[in-house]
Amino acid sequence: MTLRLPPQPGEWIDRATPVNFTFEGQAYTGYAGDSVTSALWGAGERVLGRSFKYHRPRGLMSLANHDINVMLEDGTAINMRGDVLPLARGMELRAVNTLGGLKGDKYAVLEWMAPLLPAGFYYKAFHKPKALFPFWENVIRRMAGLGVMNPQAPRGEAIKQHRHCDVLVIGAGPAGLSAALTAAKKGVRVILADENARIGGTLGYDHAGQPTALETLARLQSEVASHPNIELLPAHYAAGWYTDHLVPLVGPSGMIKVRAGKVVVAMGAFEQPAVFRNNDLPGVMLGSASQRLIHRYAVKPFQRAVVLAGNDQAQRVVMDLHQAGVEVVAYVDLRPDADCTVIRQLGIPIYLGNCVQEALGKHAVEGVRISRWDGQGHPDPDTSMTIACDGVAVSVGWAPAAALLYQSGCKMRFDDAAQQFVPERLAPGMFAAGRVNGIYGLEAALEDGERAAREALGLATGVARAAETGSSHPWPIVPHTANKNFLDFDEDLQLKDFETAAQESFDNIELMKRFTTVGMGPSQGKHSNMNAIRVLARLRGEPIPKVGSTTARPFFHPVPLGHLAGRTFHPERRTPMHDWHAAHGATFATVGVWQRPAYYGTDKAKAVEAEVKAVRHAVGMIDVSTLGKFEVHGPQAGELLERFYTGHFVNQRVGTTRYALLLDEAGVMLDDGIVARLSNDCYYVTASTSNAATVYREMTRRLQTWGLEATIVNLTGSYGGLNLAGPHSQSLLKLLTDLDLAALANGGVAEGMVAGVQARVINVRFVAELAYEIHAPAQDIARIWLALEEAGRSVGLKPFGTDTQRLLRLEMGHFIIGQDTDGLTNPLEAGLQWVLANDKPFYLGQRSLKLLAEKPVSKRLVGFMLEAPPATLPDECCLVLRAGKIVGRLTSIAQSPTLGQVIGLAYVASEDAAPGSRITIRHQNGRDVVATVVPTPFIGVAP
Amino acid sequence: MPYQLLKFALSKKHPEPAFFRQPAELKPSYDAVIIGGGGHGLAAAYYLAKEHGLTNVAVLERGYLGGGNTGRNTTIIRSNYLTPEGVAFYDASVKLWENLSQELDLNLFYSTRGHFTLAHTESAMRTMRWRAEVNKQMGVESEVVGPDVIQAAVPELDMSCSGHAPILGALYHKPGSVARHDAVAWGFGRAASEMGVEIFQNTEVTGLDIRNGRIAGVHTSRGTIKTGKVLSAVAGYTPRITKMAGFDTPIVIHPLQACVTEPMKPWLNTILVSGSLHVYVSQSSRGELVMGASLDPYEVHATRSTLDFVEGLSSHILDMFPFLAGIKVVRQWAGMADMTPDFAPVMGKTPVEGLYLDAGWGTWGFKATPISGKTMAHTLATDKPHELIHGFRLDRFRDFELTGEKGAASVGH
Repeated sequence: MTLRLPPQPGEWIDRATPVNFTFEGQAYTGYAGDSVTSALWGAGERVLGRSFKYHRPRGLMSLANHDINVMLEDGTAINMRGDVLPLARGMELRAVNTLGGLKGDKYAVLEWMAPLLPAGFYYKAFHKPKALFPFWENVIRRMAGLGVMNPQAPRGEAIKQHRHCDVLVIGAGPAGLSAALTAAKKGVRVILADENARIGGTLGYDHAGQPTALETLARLQSEVASHPNIELLPAHYAAGWYTDHLVPLVGPSGMIKVRAGKVVVAMGAFEQPAVFRNNDLPGVMLGSASQRLIHRYAVKPFQRAVVLAGNDQAQRVVMDLHQAGVEVVAYVDLRPDADCTVIRQLGIPIYLGNCVQEALGKHAVEGVRISRWDGQGHPDPDTSMTIACDGVAVSVGWAPAAALLYQSGCKMRFDDAAQQFVPERLAPGMFAAGRVNGIYGLEAALEDGERAAREALGLATGVARAAETGSSHPWPIVPHTANKNFLDFDEDLQLKDFETAAQESFDNIELMKRFTTVGMGPSQGKHSNMNAIRVLARLRGEPIPKVGSTTARPFFHPVPLGHLAGRTFHPERRTPMHDWHAAHGATFATVGVWQRPAYYGTDKAKAVEAEVKAVRHAVGMIDVSTLGKFEVHGPQAGELLERFYTGHFVNQRVGTTRYALLLDEAGVMLDDGIVARLSNDCYYVTASTSNAATVYREMTRRLQTWGLEATIVNLTGSYGGLNLAGPHSQSLLKLLTDLDLAALANGGVAEGMVAGVQARVINVRFVAELAYEIHAPAQDIARIWLALEEAGRSVGLKPFGTDTQRLLRLEMGHFIIGQDTDGLTNPLEAGLQWVLANDKPFYLGQRSLKLLAEKPVSKRLVGFMLEAPPATLPDECCLVLRAGKIVGRLTSIAQSPTLGQVIGLAYVASEDAAPGSRITIRHQNGRDVVATVVPTPFIGVAP
Repeated sequence: MPYQLLKFALSKKHPEPAFFRQPAELKPSYDAVIIGGGGHGLAAAYYLAKEHGLTNVAVLERGYLGGGNTGRNTTIIRSNYLTPEGVAFYDASVKLWENLSQELDLNLFYSTRGHFTLAHTESAMRTMRWRAEVNKQMGVESEVVGPDVIQAAVPELDMSCSGHAPILGALYHKPGSVARHDAVAWGFGRAASEMGVEIFQNTEVTGLDIRNGRIAGVHTSRGTIKTGKVLSAVAGYTPRITKMAGFDTPIVIHPLQACVTEPMKPWLNTILVSGSLHVYVSQSSRGELVMGASLDPYEVHATRSTLDFVEGLSSHILDMFPFLAGIKVVRQWAGMADMTPDFAPVMGKTPVEGLYLDAGWGTWGFKATPISGKTMAHTLATDKPHELIHGFRLDRFRDFELTGEKGAASVGH
């Protein structure tokens, strides 16, 4: 059976392009331009999905992207909304969350258990006996959830773009189109976005039998399309509003992040369902949904329809249905008095002051029972009668699509006449137009859009909006003793669930939301919040403004993780010598964003041993280009460093280096490095690789707050460096430079030519007693590296990596901040009193250290050796125990190739800090290992 | 089918009583006043009544019950901390959690899933070893596991994290659990109310009546009440209360954000945390993925959401689970996390006699709910800090005896 109408003016479908697809294993044909739901409905299908909790048959409700009755999966994607999912050739779709398919869903048995499952039922059962809860939890988890996730689904690459505009207009209905054109004509840049594939909003489907609005639409459409100041973005929804008018527009292939000067929200209103028994039966739909079916998709919604009215909009629906050849068998108006002249002329039976008590039918509407009522929720059963029909179109009221207004901090008020929330005080830069303002009707919407745009441009301020013309019925809710009158279709919440919740103390709108889960489903309350507020207000005996509404949080419509993530972007930094390392068999380690050689070769133990041997007995070289490198210039450069680090730098002689220790205000060690004084007003400072960014940021921040006359230049990326270490380092380096290396002993620094390159040479002793760090511009450093490689071949030069470096420094007894310290370690515990210049008035952390100095130091960092090491060494961070209590931990441990001993660093109780003390380490296998505290450095001082 | 549901179904009317009495008026005086109707405040009220017989107690809540961080956290419960003080405290909490549904006769959906803290670097592996060893020493089930164990527990996990951050191992904490956060507040509130505690929502504290360094009463939006004991359990609002009391704490407020996806059928049965990727994720009983990340790096006293948070989080989640690209995020939100310099809470007495502080929870107040209630009730009733909270006293900042829990933060904050 096909319910396609003859061609409708302005229809979205392309009849020349039929599209084949399957649904629940059945083959169907629709047209390009169809949504899946419209194609299925047009093919005569009624049951398109199952409800979340009771697995009731569900059909089509809104066609407005909050119709969670039809949630689909195709084996890859899940939870696709049929009402807005564009039909595509070859789709193989099925409904989510059924057991054994949509038609024979075995979970439907749950409906019989509905009395057992009131709101919050799961809080009251399943926890006794305790032992059975895991079983019940498993059952509940499997029943809940919607689609079945596919672990093979592709990651995809959604595109992210950025845009700027003067005015962002969201919603391209009459108000939005008018606002965009008004602004564009004033010469500002406008972006106009609409979530629908085609613009126009109600202009495209709300015709009251006469599609005259299509002319207006065509005119506006061509004006917008041809206006150079307007960028039109159909099929993009505004997902949220963020500070300073950042609005992400989400489209089919990606996300456009718009930073707007002003925002005009013209997002319209959501038509709201009426609440009566079986109001979810397939065939009961919103009036606007039936209009969309007819005018967008040329699908006849029903053959014989009852229209349930609560406002004047319903009569426009009647006329659209009538024009489409639907026999409207009854017009039922909740109001006792309504002007029905027009539809009376059509000969339609009119029932004023009546309500629909229930829809009849098992899998689709077969009739309705109506009766007179008082407009307050009390039907008169004596007057009830049944009317046969195959559909019910419901037009009883609206709720504004005001999510972005709320997010921006707009204060809304409840307008009693319109029975709708409308903006009372907008946030700066935010404007609203059209139905969100409670303004309905084409002319009024066009005017309101123009007004909003003029206000946004500052051309008019404080212009009163037109009076609200929308009207929603204050109580479109009919109780029923047999229930199944749904307020929230996502969550299968019936009227009585709200009564239960209120009775159980959840009579605050937020508590009610959390207890019943109203508005927490995929549609986020778009069709349920307003009725929930009405019900709660009545239960509390208070007016709606006192009840308020729940917080509207992003997102307006859900956004795929892939769209939010965009393309994968993981920057990786490589040093100037990277290719050389790779060519020489380096095994790389990731250090922050850097790639560094860990060692050269594939066998770590062998490689590290050989590299250590080279440094101890000949010469080795490591790439240290990743170090933080800064120049500090200016008359107060020394003063900055004097305050920043713990030592003295103002009086530092040119050509010398000093150890630099950085603390936080609590006296905790953050980083260490070297300060070299290059000239009177220029210092060269290094920081560890992993802390380089932090040190630069902190130094910059302090420079600002202290207001010193100095400048910091970050050379981390533009300078490279290498460390040449070992007994032959001096003689080797001498071959390549005229600098007086002997004069650099004890931490000197000199600038000069090395291998034909202008470089800085620093004498440092981190990994070996004799070692030189050579820093040069990044483009030149590799020349020095290669020259050293060449010249060093005859003396056994070997490159070494970070794993070897760690071992070398351990042999030297040096700690690494971050490994041998933690988030609380202070220099007193680490034995660094000698670098604390307490004779100066200030340095970061000094005040805290003065306080700490008055207290006993409970633990200290010491070196230790294992005389009888177990087969597997204790891991770094194994605990140090004393009389069964935790006193510290071992922070570094290694077999020293130089000493043939297991050595390490550990925090021990201060009482045990003296060399010769025995300490107990708890091995990760649970056994205790005894170690002896020894002095550091572990290796002899003579090269 | 459980008995309680049958009972409900067979009765003609809804026979369920109200969870809490909602008295119309404040009494002129109470033996104790608790500021903050979140999990902590209500738990303290419950234990005051149950274990100390103190029932003339008022709980004052500015908004609605559990509307602060109780209802905004990602509901992870664990005790795999780094300091002995932290481990002992949270272990005691886990032990209370395990029987709490039965004790409160409300199903809190306390679900023990196991908790993996993934390590992508050698340095993270060292921290995992440290935590595991401290935990074992304190009798808490934690161990360092290799990639094979992780992959077996979460076959869907991309162990290379899309090639960017290969997983080297993890700290596995078997008792790691999740629970239904709102129900915790309701359960404690109901039980406290049944014992006589009075709960007032929409009641804001506007000032403290302090005389000669002693608390004498509380000014509220509904009038002034006399009391000799006040507990402040207001998380992100703590600076406002301490300002009223006239003393400072080192607490600073940072936003902590989270988000949740549409529901899907169960597939993730454990709790996963990655410090390097700044992600934690679990699947709720409803089927949603509940996800969080690190603190916003700046002080803000508001609960606004940011787009860059959810963009960054999504990118990292997809590194771990690339197939989730089409799964949609439904909602994002933020809470105000009251951070301390050492990442441990502030609990116990204050410079004002009779005023007690339960604050500084930062990112892990939820898991402490029962034990904080129990220990604060003890502290209030006896005017002596409970032994489990000695390490969390406010004085420790003055005395430099910090309890360094930064290393146990679920993600690098």
